[in-house]
Amino acid sequence: MMSYSEILPQLFDTLKPFTKQGFRLKEQTELVAELGLDSLQVMQVLLKIEDHFDISIPLNNLPNIRTVKDLGEEIEKLLKG
Amino acid sequence: MSLFDKFLPIQEARNELLKSGVNPFHITVEKIISPTEAIFNGRKTILVGTNNYLGLTFHPDSILAGQQALAQEGTGTTGSRMANGSFASHKELEKAIADFYGAPYAIVFSTGYQANLGVLSALAGPGDTILIDGDSHASIYDGCRLGGAEIIRFKHNDVTDLEKRLRRLGDRSYRTLIVVEGIYSMLGDRAPLAEIVEVKKRHGATLIVDEAHSLGVLGQHGRGLAEETGVEQDVDCIVGTFSKSLGSTGGFGISFHPEFELIRYTSRPYIFTASPCPSVVASTRATIRVIQAHPELRQQLWTNSRHLYEGLTKSGYILGAEVGPIIAAMIPNKELALAMWQQLLENGIYVNLMIPPATPNGECLLRCSVSAAHTQKQIEKIISAFADLSHVTQTSISPAHVQPDATLN
Repeated sequence: MMSYSEILPQLFDTLKPFTKQGFRLKEQTELVAELGLDSLQVMQVLLKIEDHFDISIPLNNLPNIRTVKDLGEEIEKLLKG
Repeated sequence: MSLFDKFLPIQEARNELLKSGVNPFHITVEKIISPTEAIFNGRKTILVGTNNYLGLTFHPDSILAGQQALAQEGTGTTGSRMANGSFASHKELEKAIADFYGAPYAIVFSTGYQANLGVLSALAGPGDTILIDGDSHASIYDGCRLGGAEIIRFKHNDVTDLEKRLRRLGDRSYRTLIVVEGIYSMLGDRAPLAEIVEVKKRHGATLIVDEAHSLGVLGQHGRGLAEETGVEQDVDCIVGTFSKSLGSTGGFGISFHPEFELIRYTSRPYIFTASPCPSVVASTRATIRVIQAHPELRQQLWTNSRHLYEGLTKSGYILGAEVGPIIAAMIPNKELALAMWQQLLENGIYVNLMIPPATPNGECLLRCSVSAAHTQKQIEKIISAFADLSHVTQTSISPAHVQPDATLN
């Protein structure tokens, strides 16, 4: 079972292509506000993350995911089942 | 900061639209003339954005039935069926739509929107999972939310992604509802239903098909995509609306499962709303008889659809899907789409302007919905009006407005 600390670097790698050049991702980075993602790009990011970790993130949980840390914790929870 | 401050961005967007002279999302039909003509801004206009697929809103049988019911049963029911009782005509309409589908169980709702809310929220609740197509109609999203099930979206029409998500659910797939649409309302494309049925069976899930835009349009008897694909017995429930091909208002759900009948005791959108008014119920029943007796209407719809599709293709438009009654011309950006929509209206053609976030993939669309009632001459006028827009695309929009990534905004 993957822990949060193992998930985080993989999450940074998956998110990197969606950041502007030189942007440094942190745990507290706000996904929509700081990365400037529109709704279509958010969907693309989620699909990529879901395939990478082989999970499905329920739409019900999205309102609680604001930061990279929130997303990492959600992935950890889903991997635990 | 007041509650109303959140509307400021909407006000700004609306003001931007108003600068162009017309608000495409608040337009007034000054007078409706026929299923295919109305007066807008004092001008007679051909309607090609109504979802009036079979053109039956003025059918004499439906009007007469509505008038008689209005005189005999009054203007409304003044309450819900649970509290006030069902009118005999509600039950007769349920029998008529059940018979139309050859299914034993049917429930009628006051609108198509409520049919999705009512059926989805009752079928899947806390502890259950719903897998919905990413391009689903808002009523599907809202129905899922109302029930409290876990909602997972799969890539539009992507059976591989659907199966992957069912696999991820493991044993929970047996308590999973898959929701797809017969024809998707924006682009007019269809669900790959035969493959979806196979996947559903492999994983023991339940399948519901929303035939809102495919009722009256697809299948030998007009029952929709499930009939056309030959999988009606493998679809657990069908939901649909009376407000498109059937030309009235209201919605329905049908099923072969006996438990379906119990939904009416648990479904809040069924219980806590006034039941459909008698004139609407009577008109709908009459129109069901009309579409059963006149399959040639469907043939005419398809002849007209092919005519318009070929005409727009020849003019160089990129269209959203294969030939069908929903023909969506894809336009590179919002400004251009609005300018083209206005020019069409000035030339006496009303289509639907569709822009994000209401559209899939951030597309901007000039969406046409063809009717069996369109004459050949009207279709030619529509084609000609679209062809004449080339000057709008070349001169009205400065290159600065045409961004390569405009569809993302």
